[in-house]
Amino acid sequence: MLVTSPGHSTKAHQRAIFDRQCAELRQRRRLHTAFGLLLFVALCIGSAVIGKFSPIALIEGAPKLGEYVQRTLPALHWSSLGADLAYWFYGLRKWLDLLLETVLMAYLATLLGSLGALLVCFYGSRNLALNGWSYHLARRASEFFRTIPDLVFALIFVFAFGLGPLAGILAIALHSLGANGKLFAEANENIDMKPVEGLRALGSGWVQTMRFGVMPQVMPNYASYVLWRFEINVRTAAVMGFVGAGGIGMELITAVRSLYYEDISAILILIVVTVGLIDIGCERLRHALIGRETLE
Amino acid sequence: MLDRISGLRTVETGSTEAEPTLSVRRLSKSFTNGPCVLSGVDIAIRPGESVALIGANGTGKSTFVRCLLRLIEPNDGDIRMFGLDVRALTSRSLRHLRSRVGFVFQRHNLVLRLSALSNVIHGAQARMSSPGSWYQALAPSRVRDEAMTCLERVSLDGKACARADSLSGGQSQRVAIARMLMQRPEFVIADEPDASLDPRAGEEIMRLLHETARERGLGLLFISHDLEHAIRFSDRIVGLAAGQVALDVRSNNANPTELRKFFAEERP
Repeated sequence: MLVTSPGHSTKAHQRAIFDRQCAELRQRRRLHTAFGLLLFVALCIGSAVIGKFSPIALIEGAPKLGEYVQRTLPALHWSSLGADLAYWFYGLRKWLDLLLETVLMAYLATLLGSLGALLVCFYGSRNLALNGWSYHLARRASEFFRTIPDLVFALIFVFAFGLGPLAGILAIALHSLGANGKLFAEANENIDMKPVEGLRALGSGWVQTMRFGVMPQVMPNYASYVLWRFEINVRTAAVMGFVGAGGIGMELITAVRSLYYEDISAILILIVVTVGLIDIGCERLRHALIGRETLE
Repeated sequence: MLDRISGLRTVETGSTEAEPTLSVRRLSKSFTNGPCVLSGVDIAIRPGESVALIGANGTGKSTFVRCLLRLIEPNDGDIRMFGLDVRALTSRSLRHLRSRVGFVFQRHNLVLRLSALSNVIHGAQARMSSPGSWYQALAPSRVRDEAMTCLERVSLDGKACARADSLSGGQSQRVAIARMLMQRPEFVIADEPDASLDPRAGEEIMRLLHETARERGLGLLFISHDLEHAIRFSDRIVGLAAGQVALDVRSNNANPTELRKFFAEERP
């Protein structure tokens, strides 16, 4: 006859509880996985149907894509390459001026938007907000500014301030405020709170605590987000002209509407090169800033 | 645990001629959905007196010292510091009070990405709130000189430009003490300043804290888990158990064997 000691019976009981909990957990996970898969498939099918995403339409339309691109490219001959290029980029001077305007629009908009985001982000961080009201107000305001498409803002500002870059700058700045406000606030929420407590104990005010306890911790993140936003804003500023809000977009949309195919390709090449150069420059600057020591 | 050690209670009020720097009565604190951490703590500290606060983990020592400056809001009780009713202070007056009390944290609470000197300059923040002080490299030279003097006092002037995260635990704690000196405090609170340090560094820090408080005639309230430190560097030892003062005894009368019972068990 097998005699079981009380200790052994307790162990067996604990083991049984553990096994039962494991089985329950496995069952729950299977259910979650199955539900997740179903949701994933349903979303894929739903999106394809509603978006009329048809592989047949893709295959049928693809050759026309090539045809359009081909039309925009001029015939270049090796013997007269210089003259052909000069003919292709006949508006280079004007386009470069407009490109400069586009980049400067993006620069000013990024600056204004990021300054606004800096003011909003501390109120919109759960760990730093003055109270629940300030938190929700700051978060909802950021949400509003980044949810409205910047082209819609641009249309409103064109109506208010007239055609030109000012409308574009304001539209991009507001969108940047919303986007960076959220990113900055999320960076703030991940800080180490010990320095904040240390500064509060010194008698520092809220503003001083944010400036000296929070900002030194998050400045590399802020710098990274601002540069990233500048890259995005250069691309956005390039299409602001579609609604008359300044930059090279106006010239591009005029070329598209007037079927000046060679102008389209020339302007697009200039935009791609400019955006590419800015991307590379920003990336280098970002890495340099992140690696630098902060010895204020 | 309180029952087991209640027999140890040997309250010695001592001389009460001078008004206490700190006087706490019936201080209570409980966290939402949590146990009652402090339940009616009474304590008084006279000017220039050094008091060690001991107790097992979870007995509310850190909560207690944070309640004194309202870094954590207490639920009930009276706190009087420098004759001021701390719980009735407006946020502006509270900031002023905090600037008069040096607080040394267990984990130093320095801004790690800044230099040791910048962290020490933070100690003067309550005195320099003008926008000119927002960029500390541009802080007035007298402020920087004073910060350097504070760093010299803790023998760290050679590390003034080193980033705080490049310093050892002992060095960081010394920077925290220099920051506290920069405040020109009238009273010092230290929450386990020797806890995260090796025995030698812990000893150095406690001696430095004790010496600087003595040479400036400052009252000192410190938490320690090291009984030897508690006895050597204090005039009085106060023991907390289950959120209450269970012992208040002169350090020269303290019995280490009995004091050890305060660390016998942790609060669940």
